[in-house]
Amino acid sequence: MDVVDFNTLRPALPELLLAGGAMALLMLGAFRSSEGTATLVNWLAIALLLIAGAVILAMPPGTQTTFGGSFVVDGFARFLKLLALTGSATAIILSLDYNKVRKRQKFEYAVLILLSTTGMLMLISAADLIALYLGLELMSLSLYVLAAFDRDNARATEAGLKYFVLGALSSGMLLYGASLIYGFTGTVSFVGIAKAATAPSLGLIFGIVFLFAGFCFKISAVPFHMWTPDVYEGAPTPVTAFFASAPKVAAAAMFVRATMVSFPAITAQWQQIVVFVAIASMALGSFAAIGQTNIKRLMAYSSIGHMGFALVGLAAGSAEGVQGVLIYMAIYMSMTLGAFACILAMRQGDTFVENISDLSGLARTKPGMAFFLALLLFSLAGIPPLAGFFAKFYVFLAAIQSGLYALAVIGVLTSVVGAYYYLLIVKVMYFDEPSPGFERMPFALKAVLGVSGLFNLLFIVWPAPLINAASAAAKSLF
Amino acid sequence: MAELWTIYLWPLIVMVAQSVMLLVILLIAIAYILLADRKIWAAVQMRRGPNVVGPWGLLQSFADLLKFVLKEPVIPSGANKGVFVLAPLVSCVLALAAWAVIPVDDDWVIADINVGVLYIFAISSLSVYGIIMAGWASNSKYPFLAALRSAAQMVSYEVSIGFVIITVLLCVGSLNLTAIVEAQNGRYGLFSWFWLPLLPMFVIFFVSALAETNRPPFDLVEAESELVAGFMVEYGSTPYLLFMLGEYVAIATMCSLGAILFLGGWLPPVPYAPFTWVPGVIWFTLKALFMFFLFAMAKAIVPRYRYDQLMRLGWKVFLPISLAMVVIVAGVLQYGGLAPK
Amino acid sequence: MISALFFYLFASLCVASAFMVIASKNPVHAVLFLILAFVNASGLFILLGAEFLAMILVVVYVGAVAVLFLFVVMMLDVDFVELREGFLQYLPVGGLVGVIFLAELLLVLGAWVINPSMPQTITAPIPAADAISNTEALGLVLYTRYVYYFQAAGLVLLVAMIGAIVLTLRHKPQVKRQNISDQVARTKETAMEVVKVQPGQGLSQ
Repeated sequence: MDVVDFNTLRPALPELLLAGGAMALLMLGAFRSSEGTATLVNWLAIALLLIAGAVILAMPPGTQTTFGGSFVVDGFARFLKLLALTGSATAIILSLDYNKVRKRQKFEYAVLILLSTTGMLMLISAADLIALYLGLELMSLSLYVLAAFDRDNARATEAGLKYFVLGALSSGMLLYGASLIYGFTGTVSFVGIAKAATAPSLGLIFGIVFLFAGFCFKISAVPFHMWTPDVYEGAPTPVTAFFASAPKVAAAAMFVRATMVSFPAITAQWQQIVVFVAIASMALGSFAAIGQTNIKRLMAYSSIGHMGFALVGLAAGSAEGVQGVLIYMAIYMSMTLGAFACILAMRQGDTFVENISDLSGLARTKPGMAFFLALLLFSLAGIPPLAGFFAKFYVFLAAIQSGLYALAVIGVLTSVVGAYYYLLIVKVMYFDEPSPGFERMPFALKAVLGVSGLFNLLFIVWPAPLINAASAAAKSLF
Repeated sequence: MAELWTIYLWPLIVMVAQSVMLLVILLIAIAYILLADRKIWAAVQMRRGPNVVGPWGLLQSFADLLKFVLKEPVIPSGANKGVFVLAPLVSCVLALAAWAVIPVDDDWVIADINVGVLYIFAISSLSVYGIIMAGWASNSKYPFLAALRSAAQMVSYEVSIGFVIITVLLCVGSLNLTAIVEAQNGRYGLFSWFWLPLLPMFVIFFVSALAETNRPPFDLVEAESELVAGFMVEYGSTPYLLFMLGEYVAIATMCSLGAILFLGGWLPPVPYAPFTWVPGVIWFTLKALFMFFLFAMAKAIVPRYRYDQLMRLGWKVFLPISLAMVVIVAGVLQYGGLAPK
Repeated sequence: MISALFFYLFASLCVASAFMVIASKNPVHAVLFLILAFVNASGLFILLGAEFLAMILVVVYVGAVAVLFLFVVMMLDVDFVELREGFLQYLPVGGLVGVIFLAELLLVLGAWVINPSMPQTITAPIPAADAISNTEALGLVLYTRYVYYFQAAGLVLLVAMIGAIVLTLRHKPQVKRQNISDQVARTKETAMEVVKVQPGQGLSQ
């Protein structure tokens, strides 16, 4: 027994950095109790996330595994980790102004986001069921706390409790599925499962169903979506923005990796489930959103629908499909973060409003914000030539290449229905009588909105970097 | 038939005989420990202490025993009868059960199991149930308050005792109590015992052991000035006796554990001729009694802690120190090349 | 033979007390039975030769977790009769779920029995019980092969702790707290003030 070989830790450097940094910031916050601590911790957390991103960028290409094969860093992982880090950093930026106005500045907020992000990175890199579960729990447990972060607010507490109880239930189902899969294959490692699961057996399929139930809960896909609208509405808005971005990316990554690596031999079996979930999510996301008056609830249904679209790519079960999922998640994250920057700017005096009617006539009171929000809504609806269109294009293309014509057609139809409610908001902003205007938009929100708006607008001009990166990332799974 | 005898019955008889012998000696020892406790306390306060029954009061404990046994047990009408009666039994039986693994001399142990320390730790962590059950079943406010206090107190101090034990284990490389004593067998006699290199842990162990056994200055469980007699308010006669017995047996266990972990168990303090002729059991008894003397002196000298001070000491002082010591000890052993194989 | 005897003793007591956990009317009794079930389970572990697990089960579950259970149950005064009111109403659904889980467990166990090659796919060989004590065996893999899981679990617990503190800790400004370092730092100069009192005038402050 010799002393640890630190080289084996190198692939996990970003995770170690984030976990260690989170603990250091925790100590800083606990022992330095002056006024500006929360702000300082926020900025240090953003810096840490950026450093972790730089470390990932500096990693050598190719696949590295460590910790006895339970932790894998490949192109797929690097792509999604960068995405998750971006989402988390943006979520902290989005919260700066909100927490200051609401006087909810607490240093634990950034620490929890950091720990949750650590969980996401571990989840993205998980190469066996135990690592997957631990990463997932680390991520979700922080999210439960964040949802109830505004602890004196009854709705936030309710959201946190609801999320926690349902999340615990789904974790239980996931574990049950994992234990069934372990029982039938004799191993927890994804590669080992793939070797053992050459033919479908009843027990294995039961296991997959339970596992997928857990996955669907985490990405809020139908029929495990019930928590989403309530939690999105109840949680503080920056937390909702966070929920809608990075954790979704990580959960989608886990879904894709666990499925594609573990069960390539029994694609026909799990494909049916994914197709059903995708169709149900797309349909529910489109139809249920129509009647909503609260914009956070609307974003919740929108995220359910978008997860359905992303799953279309997974249902294809091919490298193109995975590429589609990756592109979809990247573009979806940019759109949703931009939209939340606008929602966070809906402030009248010291109160934040959340109704769609509050946006009426925005084009006259705040033309810049209205323009960017309209742009993002068009993109969310998938109208060419914006980025959202290409996101949908790649997943539908992959579905057609895999012969899932019906799925692609249903997807297109539901996206037409979905376009209705996005355009309704645009109509409210541009053609309704102005309601009282909002406060000046803080610079941080403006920056996020501007970056995401320009990304969506200019994606068509220079799509190659994202497409190529996603393609390379997807190939590393096969 | 002969097989049945040699394989099953004979070992069983030997084991039962050993256990009975240990228990008898232990209980007689407890009677005198109790007397010693009172005598020491009295001496510190310049009183005489019990001196009426027998010469110098030597039969006082037996007189008390008779008195308690001959009284009528009273069970309050509102009490939860089953739990009420069970609680003193649990207290007493658990305290006695811990003695199964304590080696009083080389190979003088009833069950020399691999995880001896852990067994004692587990049993002592169970002893809180006697108090909680008694406090709850009495259906009365003071006992209940005492039960809540004791639950928090014992769980808190168990944590630091656990870490103290871990540092010792790091130095030994085994959970077996005999191996722990053997590991302290060095050339320098009492200076190779663990009390010297692990002095801070010895102090923490001693204080935590006081808290774990609800001894003064941590006897908040029965604090007579505020809770009358704590969880024992509603008890009398034999059940009360069982509680007292359990308490003193637990104290004896902790003293012996301290002697084994830090004072070299049955090893002689000077590893040369006249000392090595003395049987190990004598050394062991002397060391355990020394520990008990410290317990008794603490009771006589130190005033009772307030509850928040107790919690502060456990969580804010002992826990960080013992955690840091685990890291330091592990680091020194690993990088100093002293780690046991 | 003796071990078989003890197996049946522990197993039957374990099952019986587990049943009593859900059958007893008094929640405190239920928790006490739960403790009994844990202790018996630890006895079963000892029979399996897993003495380390047995002791840890007692220390962690019985010594710490169940104490907190008992604590909460005693203080909350849970009324089980009230909780049971919807029992019959939910029985069909609950029963169905139970039956499904049972069927699946049978499926898994059945597969292990029917397909003897299944256990061979387990990658890590288990060392023989007499070659190495199980405390040592656990220690050998826990901090090497499984250090990742171990540390990740530690992080999860850290988050749980942070969460509990964030959501519940309130600093009440009006509460007086003892500050030991302030008390120790007091000197005669800071603590006392000698005032000359003029006769018949008193102190005016």
